[in-house]
Amino acid sequence: MSNEKKLYGAAALFNTPDEIIHAAKSTADAGYKNFDVNTPYPLHGMDRAMKLKPTKLGFVTLFMGFSGTAFILLFMGWAMAVNYPMIIGGKPFFSLPAFIPITFEVTVLLGALSTVFGMISVFFFLPHNNHPLHDTNYMKSVSSDRYGLVIEAADENFDEVNIVDYLKSLGAAEVELVYYPEEEKFQVLQPKFIVFLVALAITISVMTYITLNVVVYKEPYNWMEYQEKASAQKPSLFFADNYGMRKPVYGTVARGYMPYPYMGQTDPKVVLVNPSLPTTENLALGQKKYLTYCSPCHGNYADGDSHLRGQFPNPPTLHSTRVREWPDGRIYHVITNGQNAMPSYAMQVTRDERWAIINYIRVLQRAKNATEADIAVIKGNSGNTKESTQNGKK
Amino acid sequence: MSLDYSRELPLVEGNPSLRDIDIIVTRPIDEKPNKRFFIAITITSTVMLIGFFFIALTFYYGIGMWGNNQPVGWGFGITNFVFWIGIGHAGTLISAILFLLRQRWRTGIARFAEAMTIFAVMTAGIFPVIHTGRPWLAGYLIPYPNQHGLWVNFISPLVWDVFAVSTYLTVSLVFWYVGLVPDFATLRDRTVSKVKKTIYSVFSLGWRFSNRHWQNYEKAYMILAGLSTPLVLSVHTIVSFDFATAVLPGWHTTIFPPYFVAGAVFSGFAMVSTVLIIIRKVHGIEHIITANHLEKMNKIILVTGSMVGYAYSMEFFIAWYSGSNIEQFVFINRAFGPYAWAYWTMVSCNVFFPQLLWFKKIRTNIKATFILVLLVNVGMWFERYVIIVTSLHRDFLPSSWGMFTPTITDFGILFGSFGLFFTLTLLFTRALPVVSLSEVKAVVDGAQPAHHHGHAEAQPVMGGVSHE
Repeated sequence: MSNEKKLYGAAALFNTPDEIIHAAKSTADAGYKNFDVNTPYPLHGMDRAMKLKPTKLGFVTLFMGFSGTAFILLFMGWAMAVNYPMIIGGKPFFSLPAFIPITFEVTVLLGALSTVFGMISVFFFLPHNNHPLHDTNYMKSVSSDRYGLVIEAADENFDEVNIVDYLKSLGAAEVELVYYPEEEKFQVLQPKFIVFLVALAITISVMTYITLNVVVYKEPYNWMEYQEKASAQKPSLFFADNYGMRKPVYGTVARGYMPYPYMGQTDPKVVLVNPSLPTTENLALGQKKYLTYCSPCHGNYADGDSHLRGQFPNPPTLHSTRVREWPDGRIYHVITNGQNAMPSYAMQVTRDERWAIINYIRVLQRAKNATEADIAVIKGNSGNTKESTQNGKK
Repeated sequence: MSLDYSRELPLVEGNPSLRDIDIIVTRPIDEKPNKRFFIAITITSTVMLIGFFFIALTFYYGIGMWGNNQPVGWGFGITNFVFWIGIGHAGTLISAILFLLRQRWRTGIARFAEAMTIFAVMTAGIFPVIHTGRPWLAGYLIPYPNQHGLWVNFISPLVWDVFAVSTYLTVSLVFWYVGLVPDFATLRDRTVSKVKKTIYSVFSLGWRFSNRHWQNYEKAYMILAGLSTPLVLSVHTIVSFDFATAVLPGWHTTIFPPYFVAGAVFSGFAMVSTVLIIIRKVHGIEHIITANHLEKMNKIILVTGSMVGYAYSMEFFIAWYSGSNIEQFVFINRAFGPYAWAYWTMVSCNVFFPQLLWFKKIRTNIKATFILVLLVNVGMWFERYVIIVTSLHRDFLPSSWGMFTPTITDFGILFGSFGLFFTLTLLFTRALPVVSLSEVKAVVDGAQPAHHHGHAEAQPVMGGVSHE
């Protein structure tokens, strides 16, 4: 060690635990403040011998642990009850019992991490690999099997001349004066470091871009987007005919599409019987469908007075005696099969809707050709439409 | 070996000097590995690669490669997860709970058991992630502000699992590292290689063995032990919630949390014993990890095994006592149904055979111990298999009954998980001191000042040494 270097302190090595305890006690009693004991493992009673105050590390744990509790409870409460409330399992939005497990875990996590990081960085100022004691014979001994006491030059009682004798008088086996060079100053933003940072930023950006824009679209990461399944409008190699769409089995009847038995007959001898009762709902449905599908030709009131009047062939009125005397099934036949210029409406209106339309036509017919009795019924008990329509049907 | 229970056995046999302890413990790190090590690592890493191959198959083709199907949707994946998480619990129990209970004998095995905790939790963590089918989307498990405006469901037991397991891994890792810091410093000062010295310096953080640091360090160690103790109990409790909160006969029982924790400690100690019996032989550290250690661990295995046996019988009692026909059916089906073979394998490995440990001759015989702990490992794997498969395979409707048939992929991944665990363990024994130097030195005879009296104040010392 050259004399240009600064003196850090005097380091003494002892051979037994008893000697070091005694030495530490004497040093503390002699009024030294900046001294330390280095032992390969913690020695019992050393804290008292050195007159150390109890550590305050526990308060860090307590404070940070409870901070974790408060944070996660508030956060879960906010996320589950305020930000995106959802009823899950019939529980309240702020379901405290169900929050306990996570609250506990976060408390422990924050408590443990803050204790360790707080101890290392705030209490110890570690990492500190260029401390003067490193790489000395003293450090190599105390890290294995000997016990050391070091009195720092910064202590006000430190006397460079007598310190060695003092330590020897305590029973030290060896005494070493530890020097250290002027502290090296490292410039943080060296060109090399800036280049490193830029390179790091570019690498991370490129990798992120590739991951998000290339990798996730490759097999197998794109599953569920492209699946091997039959698509109705696309060819499929799975089937022999290469069609994705399959023909139904011969004779299959779709629900609600039972074939009409008198299809194609101009004047069937037998017709179906109306299964629908002209209730209020049924008539409302019939009116709606009539106005949608029938009125463009036959007119809003079945007079045949639509825009098509005057063109050939003229859409007929439905108030003619012939139509009024037709059974419901005959009108059904016309709607289903079509007649003359009128096409089939089987694809537009379902069977139930056709019967509802017929009920509605009956209402129109009766209204157009009302008798005195009908008017008396309306005047007598207005609103009893159900009864009146049923009468009219008869 | 005769034991005199009126006095404690020396914790380190042969009373080596402190320097000798350094030499013995760091020998595997400093010397070139021998042939046996290379054979061992070749076998384990081959097994590990087989596992990775089957995991890759699973990633590519999906988890249709596994035997999971209706009605058994949780097959080997969750069985292995619970099994490996359970293995981890012994490490924390040894490092934290036995520390708080001032069991000085823990010092010899604590480091190793903690390492096993970390490796076991890492192995366990693979399973839920690969079970999702699309593991690259596992980030959704973490609550972060996202473009969907959604949060994870904080009241779901599966999310509790994510928090519990990740907290457990983090805290175990930190606990382990804190214990390693002084040992890294010792290694730093011992090594002659410049590269090694740089690495050790970085990890030792420039530790100086200062008593002003030791004072805080011991406090931190105790705080971590105090935090880890409820943590380790919470982890398997929360794992058991995955089952217990489901309204499924066979799972929906309040005994699950303590039953799972006892089972975890049981299986963990068995695994620690299994590995330690091999490692102490291979590395010649029989006088630090002594037969006394193994005997004490056997006692814990006996106690927890009996607790598990109690839980098995109590499940049956409650099924009968509840008066619920469905519950009764599930348990009778469990013991006498198509999976009776698995059930009775579990009961004999976990309850019957460990009762042999009542005999001191068997307890102190290392070969017998080795066979017994192997049986316990098997039995505890079957416990999770029985809980999952027998509860699921007969659904409420007899039309939905089925059997679980594992595929070769299932077995490959299970096999591979052992490969991963043992590869990591073997690498650990070559890379780091398997025994905590600073803790063992503190419990050697004559390591503490002889004239020291009145422990009340200075009790929280590693290993809780006292010389009466």
